[in-house]
Amino acid sequence: MKIKSFFSRCAAAPHIVWSVLFIVAPLLFVLYYALTDANGAFTLDNLFALSDYGETFFLSISLSLIATVICILVGYPMAYFISRAKPSRQPLLLMAALVPMWINLLIRTFSMMAILDDGGLINTLLGTNFHIVGTKGAVIFGMVYDFLPYMILPIYTVISKMDKRVLEAASDLGCNHFEVLTRVVLPLSRSGIISGVTMVFVPSISTFYISQKLGGGTFELIGDTIERQFANPLTYNVGAAISLVMMVLILISMAIMNKFADPDAEGGMLP
Amino acid sequence: MRKRILSLLLVLMLLLSVFSLSSCNEGRLPKKVLHVYNWGQYISDGSGDLPDVNTLFEAYFNEHLAEKYGFEIEVNYSTYPSNEDMYNKLVSGSASFDVVIPSDYMIEKMIEENLLLELDFSKITNYGNVAEEFRTGFATYDPEGKYSVPYTYGTVGIIYNADYVDEEDIGSWDLLWNEKYSGKILQFNNSRDALATALYRLGYSVNTADHAKWAEAAALLKEQKPLVQAYVMDEIFNKMISASAWIAPYYAGDYLTMYDSNDSLCFYIPEEGTNIFADAMCVPTCARLPEVAMEYINFMLSEEPALANAEYIGYSCPNTVVTENQEYKDYMSYWHEEALDILYSEGAIVDDYTDLKDIDAESKRSFYHAITNTEENGNLLDYTNALWSDIKIESSIEPWIIVADVVILGALFGAWLFFFIRKKKRESSYTE
Amino acid sequence: MKIASKVYMGLVYLLLYAPILVIAVFSFNQGDSTSVMDGFSFRWYAELFRKPDLFEALKNSLLLALSSALLATVIGTLAAVGLARMRKKWLKSSVNAVTNIPMMNPEIVTGISMMLLFVFISNRVLGNIEVNLGFFTLLIAHVTFNLPYVILSVSPKLRQLDKFLPEAAQDLGCPPLKSFFLVELPNIMSGVVSGFIMAFTLSLDDFVISLFNGGDNFTTLPVLIYNYTKKPVKPDIYALFTIIVITILLLLVLSNLASSRDEKKKARAKK
Repeated sequence: MKIKSFFSRCAAAPHIVWSVLFIVAPLLFVLYYALTDANGAFTLDNLFALSDYGETFFLSISLSLIATVICILVGYPMAYFISRAKPSRQPLLLMAALVPMWINLLIRTFSMMAILDDGGLINTLLGTNFHIVGTKGAVIFGMVYDFLPYMILPIYTVISKMDKRVLEAASDLGCNHFEVLTRVVLPLSRSGIISGVTMVFVPSISTFYISQKLGGGTFELIGDTIERQFANPLTYNVGAAISLVMMVLILISMAIMNKFADPDAEGGMLP
Repeated sequence: MRKRILSLLLVLMLLLSVFSLSSCNEGRLPKKVLHVYNWGQYISDGSGDLPDVNTLFEAYFNEHLAEKYGFEIEVNYSTYPSNEDMYNKLVSGSASFDVVIPSDYMIEKMIEENLLLELDFSKITNYGNVAEEFRTGFATYDPEGKYSVPYTYGTVGIIYNADYVDEEDIGSWDLLWNEKYSGKILQFNNSRDALATALYRLGYSVNTADHAKWAEAAALLKEQKPLVQAYVMDEIFNKMISASAWIAPYYAGDYLTMYDSNDSLCFYIPEEGTNIFADAMCVPTCARLPEVAMEYINFMLSEEPALANAEYIGYSCPNTVVTENQEYKDYMSYWHEEALDILYSEGAIVDDYTDLKDIDAESKRSFYHAITNTEENGNLLDYTNALWSDIKIESSIEPWIIVADVVILGALFGAWLFFFIRKKKRESSYTE
Repeated sequence: MKIASKVYMGLVYLLLYAPILVIAVFSFNQGDSTSVMDGFSFRWYAELFRKPDLFEALKNSLLLALSSALLATVIGTLAAVGLARMRKKWLKSSVNAVTNIPMMNPEIVTGISMMLLFVFISNRVLGNIEVNLGFFTLLIAHVTFNLPYVILSVSPKLRQLDKFLPEAAQDLGCPPLKSFFLVELPNIMSGVVSGFIMAFTLSLDDFVISLFNGGDNFTTLPVLIYNYTKKPVKPDIYALFTIIVITILLLLVLSNLASSRDEKKKARAKK
């Protein structure tokens, strides 16, 4: 193309400037705080102090991993069923799954507490004595509940865009319903699952509200630890170091996961 | 689908513009904004039959004082979840406020760091309304009373559910460590208050500089941890009211709120002594309108706002206009027969640095003082932070979590292997 | 199969809506509690309309979500266009990598890193000129974490677009800017709109980033709720959210009815 216009050359410029100013520069500050002490002198102590938080890291990763897998197991069939509903019904069904996201997470989690608590709705109605709030299971449940729509959405988007003729061809060639699902639909919806995993795993691993409320504060996740460190100016540096390590961990795991992704796939969240 | 959401958003935008229109205002005089920073839900905001105090102030100022100052005032009221949060915002320079209402130890710290202005008592003409005892000798955090005017105060006690807790077990801090009630005990979710419950139980001063005593308190909290259902702040209300938990340390005024919804709840002040706190109005040095801030503080001491706040917040009030008001007394007694006894119980405020077990007095109360890092105290703040961190991060990782991890990672690896082998097979079959 | 899928969907919706039901029920509480019902009344609704602060916070939340989503959509769409035409591989891939950081990064790290930047700017760079955390810092923060979602929605649409279409337009004498608006934009509009909706939803639900970057004169609803540490959440907030949910659901059902009526008309017309 000869006429490479001024417009197309500059279109990305605002974004590049914005990224440098507000994505790269802030991260440099995290790096700076992580590598200095309270007086601003260079030190690696903050990173060495992290060994105390090994268990916390492990716990956060485990709980969010479990929550993410449950989200896939619950969300995938949901997305699949929505995509199989009458076309005129689909938008309504999908929106119905989306509406809870417009109610604030804090309030949703808070009212979840009223349901699960020792003297809460479930125990009162069933006359039972389950101890749920304060366990790790409750935190996993909270993560699944809060972030499930983020899993349903991208999977539905991918499935609903699939070429119906491919599915028909598969059943013409002798696949039954189940085989169509496992051998055609599932492999083709890989990219949806991967965006779903990103949307669920990342907020789960860094949450602090869910663990404070549903975990009862009897154990800490890494998000709680970071929040606690940043409540006190004296511990900013350790907090920054923890943030840095968490960020690197997540970026690495995302990079690995993206190896599985289909490079030609569409990444849109909404149909 | 998209169109539908978009139309939703359009409706929202319409609503928004309606909101914005209603806030239009034309005044004769220029408008200035007074920034007030307070705890969440810590002022009468127009709920129930009580007035909105900030609106009252705006009306009062604009009617009586606007001419004098040459501008009208609008109150910008915002809230913070903790003293530390307020302090951080103020110190980082990311926000400036005209009136702040921190707690005692934070006021002390802010005075030391020159973050507070001396109040201009020629403007605070209603200061006389504050009971004599709260003007002198009460506030060990601001001994000369130059920087702060008390807003509320109160004591920490133990709230318990009489349906489940035996009479014989109550009386002291020991109840929080009673194994009989394992899993039904709550504890504060902040280091200062939580460690203090242990220090009071041990009979130590909550302001001790002795690392060994702090370590002892921390060990006690670790011992308590298996019994604790949750470390909480505001969740305490729901948990106690629904009887999810039976025992919790909290503020006397809040007990009354809980009692309102569940009358099985009882309250006592532990015999070893307890914490007394005060939240007081101050003007930070970064205030842009310090004079108006003084007027605001003055106004808050006058009858109508003080009464509204005392009834709304439900904490003890240092203002005689309130405590001598019959309407207030009736209102509180209607809440709980002994409300006034609970809120205004007699107690000796003792020296904050002596171990309580060495003081001979009935119902001892002591203030918190700011914990700081100095050479003499061996960086006490860092030390106590580390102790609390140690308590909080300690957690057991149950076997099922590890099993689940192994299963998930195994399945992922298995799937990868499966696809990898299949791909290789296919590739080889294509090349054939 | 059909029944099983319906039951399954019903259960998932029940999970998603259970806390919202609880919110709705307790909003009619006679008493002050959000965990024990003391009888039925409308008092919290009356209370809600008497108090300005909750509506003020809601207004702030909506204003912020709308403006940040709009700004992010403009910058993000331009960026996607620019990126699609970018020739330099290294620049393209590095911009892409940086763009994805806020999506991969835990919210708490994004929030804190931006706070460190803003504080640094206001303290060191601008000196005595007071820059307070408030609407503009929040706007910047929200736009930053919204950008990747917009780009992610628009980019695939651009890839689907026939490359020669804008060229053809330009060959026929259409200036580049005009060809963008007349040819490309209509074709990628669906991606732009879904990016906008995604950005709006995320911004409305966010509280972690607002918590660290908000200031004295601009409080969003989630932050207001988070600040209730000393005193309990009261049913008036539940009343507010009940109104929001009912409004959204009502609009949804109405629009669904309208569209199905349209379809019926069309079907009849065809016959």
